[in-house]
Amino acid sequence: MNGLINRALQGFLMETYGTSVWEAVRRDAQLGFDDFEAMLRYETGITAQVAKAAAKRLDKSPAALLEDVGTFLIAHQKHERLRRLLRFGGNDFREFLFSLEDLPGRARMALPGLDVPEFILAQKSATRFELTVVWRDSQLAPVILGAVRAMADEYGALVLLELVEGDGPDAVMALDLLDNEFAEARSFELGEAAL
Amino acid sequence: MTVHTATEPGLYLSAKALDALLPMHIWLDAEGRVLRVGPTMSKLAEGKTWIGKHFFSLAEIRRPTRIEDVRALHAVSGHRLGLRLSAMPDLQLRGQALSLPDLSGIVIDISFGVSFADAVEQRGLTLSDFSPCDQTVELLYLREAISAVAHESRNLTDRLIASEHAAQTRALTDALTGLANRRALDDLLFKLLHEPAAPFTLIHMDLDFFKQINDELGHAAGDAVLVRVAQVLRDEVREADVAARVGGDEFVIVLRNCDDPMFVERIAERLIDRLEEPIEIGNESCRISASVGSTRSSSYQRPDADQMLRDADLALYASKRAGRGRHSFFSSEMNSGAK
Repeated sequence: MNGLINRALQGFLMETYGTSVWEAVRRDAQLGFDDFEAMLRYETGITAQVAKAAAKRLDKSPAALLEDVGTFLIAHQKHERLRRLLRFGGNDFREFLFSLEDLPGRARMALPGLDVPEFILAQKSATRFELTVVWRDSQLAPVILGAVRAMADEYGALVLLELVEGDGPDAVMALDLLDNEFAEARSFELGEAAL
Repeated sequence: MTVHTATEPGLYLSAKALDALLPMHIWLDAEGRVLRVGPTMSKLAEGKTWIGKHFFSLAEIRRPTRIEDVRALHAVSGHRLGLRLSAMPDLQLRGQALSLPDLSGIVIDISFGVSFADAVEQRGLTLSDFSPCDQTVELLYLREAISAVAHESRNLTDRLIASEHAAQTRALTDALTGLANRRALDDLLFKLLHEPAAPFTLIHMDLDFFKQINDELGHAAGDAVLVRVAQVLRDEVREADVAARVGGDEFVIVLRNCDDPMFVERIAERLIDRLEEPIEIGNESCRISASVGSTRSSSYQRPDADQMLRDADLALYASKRAGRGRHSFFSSEMNSGAK
């Protein structure tokens, strides 16, 4: 799945800052090829390497940049198929949060062997959750953070979300679900898939 | 017949609980009239009320056999049913009927089976229309996920094929002139000599006075001349013929399906004439010419690529020796002359 994220990183840079910026970043990061492919698997660390090069050029922090990539991954029209698949997780954002633990199993039903993060959700109080992301590339946690935040927007939920210090090597984010029905959800019809 | 009697340990379910557990049920009274319809099932009715209607006017049970009355329906209680609803006649549905105690009624639970996608689309069903235990949503998810993966795979394959094609073209093309290169020529000759093909003519051409241009005006001017020569070759040969640059200022032309010496002679003369036209490079007007030799595949018992290239080369040198700017056909005397 890091192919998907790498491709989104490239797409985000090209759409937001232009092809020339992407070309420059590609050179800075010494990528050695022209484009990322969503379906391919890349070595761990390559995303962080490209993000670092892009962040330097754009004068941003790599984490902020990766978070934007996570948002782009959900919110951009290009990724409509992915957005729809995630909406199958539930009727509202709370249900979606609980469905994250099923996500790897679901993803692998479609594509066996897919490298997807594992999620562990712990409810700390009525509105506070802790989401642990277990993935081989823990540097990519900001992408997940951006994607979860975009899903909250998608469902019209109001959340506060931040990465916190965890006990182990895995990324942990604290999530306050302030209002599950803060705004209108983006439209999602089960039967309107463009197959 | 499976009949549930009041003496069995039983379970009382409110109608609401039944709705939640089996959102696609239809509950019939003892005469087979509809008493209640689950919330998702009533979406299939599209606003029309089914309550009080006779079940067999709303649905057609086709399996295990055609069933048209309540008695027969009791008889298949607990079995798998195949049925259609007159409200959605194109969908093949699956179901199970269960007789209620003392044959006081029947509850039929219905599922979409493999018609799930059409049903969801036609009736605009949502996630909450399905019981959390129903796998229909999982099936819809899987259908979309697989389609998304297939879409990406197709795109990836298309891109890979396009880039492989581009690489292949690059590998067979002379970078400066865009003509075929030596490798492409070898491939073509192999094909022409190893697959059934019409006789062809091989022309070997070497530019005259090219070295002077390179020496006096520099390599950039030399390159410009070569590009111009390539253009002349492209203009003068037919679509199916192939012109290749095989050395600095050496070219080979394969005239396919050509065994006519007159035709070869005409093409060679026209090439030489056009190449002798002055070429303007910057402020300089450059003049070159070409020496040309040719050989025909039909003049060999067993034509061989190396042999033909050698012979065309011998004919080319005969043209050079005879004063350049001309064309010669290969003849066997040239062989003895070379030795």
